[in-house]
Amino acid sequence: MDAIRYLLILSAVLFTIGAAGVLLRRNALVIFMCIEIMLNAVNLTFIALSRQLQSLDGQIFVFMVMAVAAAEVAIGLGIIVSIFRHRATTDVDDVSLLKG
Amino acid sequence: MNIADVQVVSILPQMIMLAAALAVFLADLVWKDRKGIGLLALAGALAAFAAAAGMLAGSGAPTFQHMAAADRFALVISLVVSAAAVLALLISLDYVVRVELPAGEYYGLLLLAASGMMFLGAATHLMTLFLSLEILSIALYALAGIRTTDLRSGEAAMKYFLLGAFASAFLLYGMALLYGATGSTYLAGIAAAVPQKPADPMLIGGLALLLVGFAFKVAAVPFHMWTPDVYQGAPSSVTAFMSVGAKAAGFAALVRVLVTVFPALYAWWVWPVGILAVLTMTWGNLAALAQGNVKRMLAYSSIAHAGYILVGVAAGEAGVSGVLFYLMAYALMNIGAFAVLIALERAEADAAGVELARMSGLFHRRPWLAAAMTVFMFSLAGVPPLAGFFGKLYVFSAAVRSGLMVLAIIGVINSVISAYYYLRVVARMALAGPAEEVEPARCLGLSIGTGIAALGTVLLGLYPTWLFNLVQGTLAVLFGG
Repeated sequence: MDAIRYLLILSAVLFTIGAAGVLLRRNALVIFMCIEIMLNAVNLTFIALSRQLQSLDGQIFVFMVMAVAAAEVAIGLGIIVSIFRHRATTDVDDVSLLKG
Repeated sequence: MNIADVQVVSILPQMIMLAAALAVFLADLVWKDRKGIGLLALAGALAAFAAAAGMLAGSGAPTFQHMAAADRFALVISLVVSAAAVLALLISLDYVVRVELPAGEYYGLLLLAASGMMFLGAATHLMTLFLSLEILSIALYALAGIRTTDLRSGEAAMKYFLLGAFASAFLLYGMALLYGATGSTYLAGIAAAVPQKPADPMLIGGLALLLVGFAFKVAAVPFHMWTPDVYQGAPSSVTAFMSVGAKAAGFAALVRVLVTVFPALYAWWVWPVGILAVLTMTWGNLAALAQGNVKRMLAYSSIAHAGYILVGVAAGEAGVSGVLFYLMAYALMNIGAFAVLIALERAEADAAGVELARMSGLFHRRPWLAAAMTVFMFSLAGVPPLAGFFGKLYVFSAAVRSGLMVLAIIGVINSVISAYYYLRVVARMALAGPAEEVEPARCLGLSIGTGIAALGTVLLGLYPTWLFNLVQGTLAVLFGG
C-alpha cells in the first residue's frame, strides 16, 4: 500500500526537478534534457498507478509517451543544430532577435 | 476483430487529410514542381473539407472504437480546421515559391498538422488526446522553423519547441493523475467516476495540470510568453494557419474535457478559467496597442481573441456553441488579415513581418486589397454586422446567461480598447500617402484566398443564424457519446 505513495512522491519530485531545470537553466540542450526528466517522471507515475489499479492502460500509455518523446528528440535536436550552425551558441538568452 | 467493426468511416475527414499529407511527401520525391505539389495538397484539404461537410449534413456517425468521436462537435471542428487549411494553402501557393520554402516538407507538414488538429477535436480518450496534440505540435515546430536560412525562423522554432514540449509534460502529468484518480483513460469513464469523488486531491490536481497545459497551447496569459515571438518569426502563411488551427483544436479539446468530463466540478474550474480570460484579453490588447509591426500586432491580437473565447469556455455548457461560432469567424478573418500581409511582404527584408508604415496609402494603390483588409480589421475589432461581432455577441451573451456578468463587461471594454489598434491600420491605409514604393504581390491563389476570407467574414455577419444553427446543440450528442 505504501509503495505506491513513495513512487508517486518520487515522480512528483522528479517532475519538479525537471520543471525547475527548464525555468532556471539557459542552455537549450540542458532545458531539453530537463523536459525529458519531466516526461519520464510522468512515465513513472503511469506505471505506479497502472500497478495500483491493476490495469494495463497506464503501461500502454508509457509506450506512446516514449515514442512521442523520440519524435520530439528528432525535431528538437534538428532545430537546435540548425540554430547552432548559424550562431555557434545554444544559450537561449543569446537567441533573442524577436522581442518587444 | 472484424475489419467492418473498426468504423474507419467515422474518422474519414482526418484520414483524408493524413493520406493527402503522405501523398504530398511521396510526390515531393519525384516531382519538383512547387506549384503542382501545392495544388495536390489543396485538393486533399478540399476533399477533407467536403467529407466533414457531408458527414455533418448526414446522420450521426458512430465513434471510432470510443477513441475518437464523429459527433457534430468534432465535425464542426474538422470543418473549421480544413477550411483554415484550404485558405492557408491558397495563400501559400505563391508565397512558397517567392520565399523559396521547401515545398514538399511545407505542404506535407501543414496537412499533417491539420490532421492532428482534426483528431484533437474528435478525441474522446486520453491517448488520442495526447497523440493528436503531439502530431499537430511536432509538425508545427518544424513548420515554424522551415525557413532555415533565416535566424528568426529558427529562433521561433526553438522557442515554440521548448515551451511546447514543456507544456506537453504538464498536460501529460495531468492525464496521469486523472487516470490514477478514476482508473479510466476513456473520457466517458472519467466523466462517470468524477461525481463519486468530487474533492479528491488527485482529481483536482489532474484538472489543474490539464488546464495549465491547455492554457499554454491556446496561448492564454500568463502562459503566452512564446506566442508573439513564434508568430512573428515563423513564415507568415504558417503563422496564419497555426494561429487559427492550433487555437481551434486546443479550444475544442479544452471545451470537450471541461464540459463533458467535469460538469460536476464546474465551481472548481469556472474561476480559474475566468481569471485566465480576463488576464488574456487585457494583456493581449494592451500589448498590441504598442506594436508598430503589423505581424506582431496580430500576434498579440490573437492572444486577446483567445481571451474572448475563454469567456465562452468559462460559461460552460451554455458557451459551447458561441465558442464554435467564434472559432469559425476567427479562422476567416485572421487568415484573411495575414493574406494581406503576405501580399505586402518582400522576400528577404520582411521575414519578421511588415511595419505599419508599409500599409500607408494602400487604398490608392490597391483598393480591393485595402477594402479586404478593412473588412478583416473591422471584423477583428467586432464592428457589426461582420462575423467577429456575432462571435463576440454569442460568447458574451453566453457568459451573461451563466451569471458571469463581470466577464462580459470586461470583454466589452476590451473590444473597445482593441478597436484603436485595428482602426489605426485602416486609417493608415486610407489617409496617409504611399510611404514606400513596394508593389504588392499579385497572384491568383492569394487573391482567391483573400476573397473567400473577406466574403465569408461578410456573409457570416449578414447571415449569422445559418452557422449558429449548425453549431447549436452539438453538446447533446457529445454527452451521449
